[in-house]
Amino acid sequence: MTDALPKKRMLGYADEISRAPGEKIRFMVSCDGVESYDAAIVRLISGDRHPESFGFIEEPVATLLQGRYRGRHQPLHAGSYAVIDDWDGFALESFTLQAMIWPTRPGQGRQVVLGRFSAGERRGYALILDEDGAVALEIGGGTRTVRVASGVTLHSRRWAFVGASFDARSGIARLYQEPLEILADSGPVAREAQLDARPARNGVPFLIAADTAAMPGGKLVAGHHFDGKIDAPRVAGAALDRAAMQALIRPAAGFPASVVGAWDFSRDIMTDRIRDISPNRRHGRIVNLPTRAMKGHNWTGEELDWTKAPDHYGAIHFHADDMYDAGWEPDFDLLVPETMRSGVYAAKLTAPDGEAEYIPFFVRPRRGSVMAEAVVLMPTASYLAYANERAGLEGGGYLHAFSNHLTALGANDLWLNDHPEIGSSLYDRHSDGSGVAYSSRLRPILNFRPGVTNSWIGPAGTAPWQFNADLALIAWLEAKGIAYDVITDEDLHEEGLSLLARYRAVMTGSHPEYYSKEMYDGLAAYLERGGRLMYLGGNGFYWRVAYHRTLPGAMELRRAEDGIRDWVAEGGEYYHSFTGEYGGMWSRMGRPIHALAGIGMISQGFDISSYYRRKPAASDPRAAFVFEGIEGDIIGDFGTVGGGAAGIELDRYDPAQGSPAHALVLASSENHTDSYYPSPEEVNNVTSMMDARQNANLRADMVFFETPQGGAVFSTGSISWLGSLAHRRGDNPVSRITENVLRRFIDPAPFLIPGHENC
Amino acid sequence: MNEIDRSRRDLIEEFRRTPIGRHSPDLRLLLNRLRTGQGDAPYLLVCTVPHREWRLARKTPRRMSPVTLIPGQVFSSPEEAEWAVFKLLWQERTGEVLS
Repeated sequence: MTDALPKKRMLGYADEISRAPGEKIRFMVSCDGVESYDAAIVRLISGDRHPESFGFIEEPVATLLQGRYRGRHQPLHAGSYAVIDDWDGFALESFTLQAMIWPTRPGQGRQVVLGRFSAGERRGYALILDEDGAVALEIGGGTRTVRVASGVTLHSRRWAFVGASFDARSGIARLYQEPLEILADSGPVAREAQLDARPARNGVPFLIAADTAAMPGGKLVAGHHFDGKIDAPRVAGAALDRAAMQALIRPAAGFPASVVGAWDFSRDIMTDRIRDISPNRRHGRIVNLPTRAMKGHNWTGEELDWTKAPDHYGAIHFHADDMYDAGWEPDFDLLVPETMRSGVYAAKLTAPDGEAEYIPFFVRPRRGSVMAEAVVLMPTASYLAYANERAGLEGGGYLHAFSNHLTALGANDLWLNDHPEIGSSLYDRHSDGSGVAYSSRLRPILNFRPGVTNSWIGPAGTAPWQFNADLALIAWLEAKGIAYDVITDEDLHEEGLSLLARYRAVMTGSHPEYYSKEMYDGLAAYLERGGRLMYLGGNGFYWRVAYHRTLPGAMELRRAEDGIRDWVAEGGEYYHSFTGEYGGMWSRMGRPIHALAGIGMISQGFDISSYYRRKPAASDPRAAFVFEGIEGDIIGDFGTVGGGAAGIELDRYDPAQGSPAHALVLASSENHTDSYYPSPEEVNNVTSMMDARQNANLRADMVFFETPQGGAVFSTGSISWLGSLAHRRGDNPVSRITENVLRRFIDPAPFLIPGHENC
Repeated sequence: MNEIDRSRRDLIEEFRRTPIGRHSPDLRLLLNRLRTGQGDAPYLLVCTVPHREWRLARKTPRRMSPVTLIPGQVFSSPEEAEWAVFKLLWQERTGEVLS
């Protein structure tokens, strides 16, 4: 027993998540207080330390990277901004800076709107929000910084025009702060002052939404990030009057000769570029993925789709805690050996005192080939959605009531608490309260690790979740000696049907909740062509997401319209910036989950799980293979996820929502606790009879149905199903049913849809 | 709205018997009130040995707020921890020390 909090001192990430033999993966590592560590590759078999599981199992894999490495600290620089790489045009003496802004944390420290300012050297110029949330112009003369401020705090989440001019000959600065809405306590403000400093030359670039803190080794480190939206930023190389500033916003007759840059954020929204629409063409790029396709200062509400009226979506929302690419230097790399069989692997780092860190990755079969008849489709899009989720850290007493048990933090959670700069999950909010719409894998993901449980799911945070929960399927396949390949959501996104078509059966993980259009269409096409799907989880195929088309490992979600939403996208911001696709739930986009999987999300609860009861349809000859060898009617009253095979999130058979009429409901769960409530899209009105103690609709339905061309679907509709596979070392009804289905699904004998036998 | 009925000894015993799992509606109401009515720094656990040892701590929901261990409060099961926290919350709200 120790009085100290558990510490985590090593962490890392890889530049790729899925590689084939002959391909390379780089690993980036940061250490705090660990001078050296041993690195090795291990094959991950099982990560659940629950007494009822197979235990933590890894197998060493000999590779060339094995060895001792020097530990070093690599920093995380969170915060988004835009940088203009053409430096020459910004060595200004007299100038004008202006933008439309929508601040979200005015008064929370100095925040730079735009400028060329070296904070450490106090050299340059910048238009800022000062510590009081008032607009100010700063001139850094080299030895000191002088400032003129409006003296009036801006309102949070209200548009304002802000601008400043400076005449180097006279030293006169003019400052303007003009809310676009008339509010009770802040009208337009204009200030004039004579400043006794001139902008000192510096060696840093022009930035929007930040200034330059340092340039170690020529690598830009930004600081003083602006939280909020910026629209129509402009720079001129002369001190313009207010009327000329106005003309810069939307020049009717071209830009004046003094213009230095005028960026239109409504252009190139799907990219990481920002376009200068002035004749100078000083284009720039965004860093750390600020949110694009945001409503601009001129949004009218007439058009809700940014692709139809991009000029109404000229805002970028910058956040001080945005994080896309940690940008760490590589420490070692792996050329995946030709002999490495498809599976789940990790780079394991071991400190001299035994502390270990794992950086997981997946090895798929050599491209164009398969090594097994069944494939595990690892739901990596969902791993990204949940990456570094903070609910357990910031849920307080509400979370205790909601989950109906105490949260329990481990070393990874405690590290996350101290380091929000690692970036959040799609369940979290930014520090300014806005929802996190982008996630990335180019940073350490502390809950994408073997052995890690979710701090607030399952009593005292004992439930494995996502990746670690899905390892239970890997452990079971290994224990049963059933051959399998491993692929990921990103592989499916890139290759679609052609990837799945090589397999007789596809197995999902426990919670494949997030699907891109390419993924969804690939899976649906597979089922239309005789594929077999084992959906071994709950709340699958629920949210539509979009991967960035050029930035690897970046994924977007708009929590639009309905569904379980830990934050809610603002009206008018429902379309993905990465692709222009409408965001939200797949069930509202002509792709009913019930038709794909036979069942769809109905309920969630986070305390204890329950069991299934066999239904009469289990005796139907069509499904006889499923229950072969199963005695009794109760299935799965055991397991490592809340103690039962039916729990956490549940899916129900519902013909009204598209469940196939010929699907057989083989078993249904029952006796869930009053923590289980319907998901919001199932609630059209509220009653006092909504919880699972009173609402029989809140259940997991186990279904089987045949699909065209000899295919079939088997769905369990419960996140906790996989956690029951290992009970009695795999000698249990959940394991038997899963094995019965898998062995039949890899049998080439076709399934026949009832009534279509002669087709 | 958020009162605690001290006379409901049956709910105390119900929770003592089943700290995690299926609860009666009245116990659910009591638990919701106790848990959401905590002060600035609600209780949570720090897991020190997976599936075997937990320690009691407090933390405000604020980002980066520290996690503070409470000395001497070590548990060997989630149920033991829940009962201990129930007693603490009951005492904070009613002044009564449960045994």
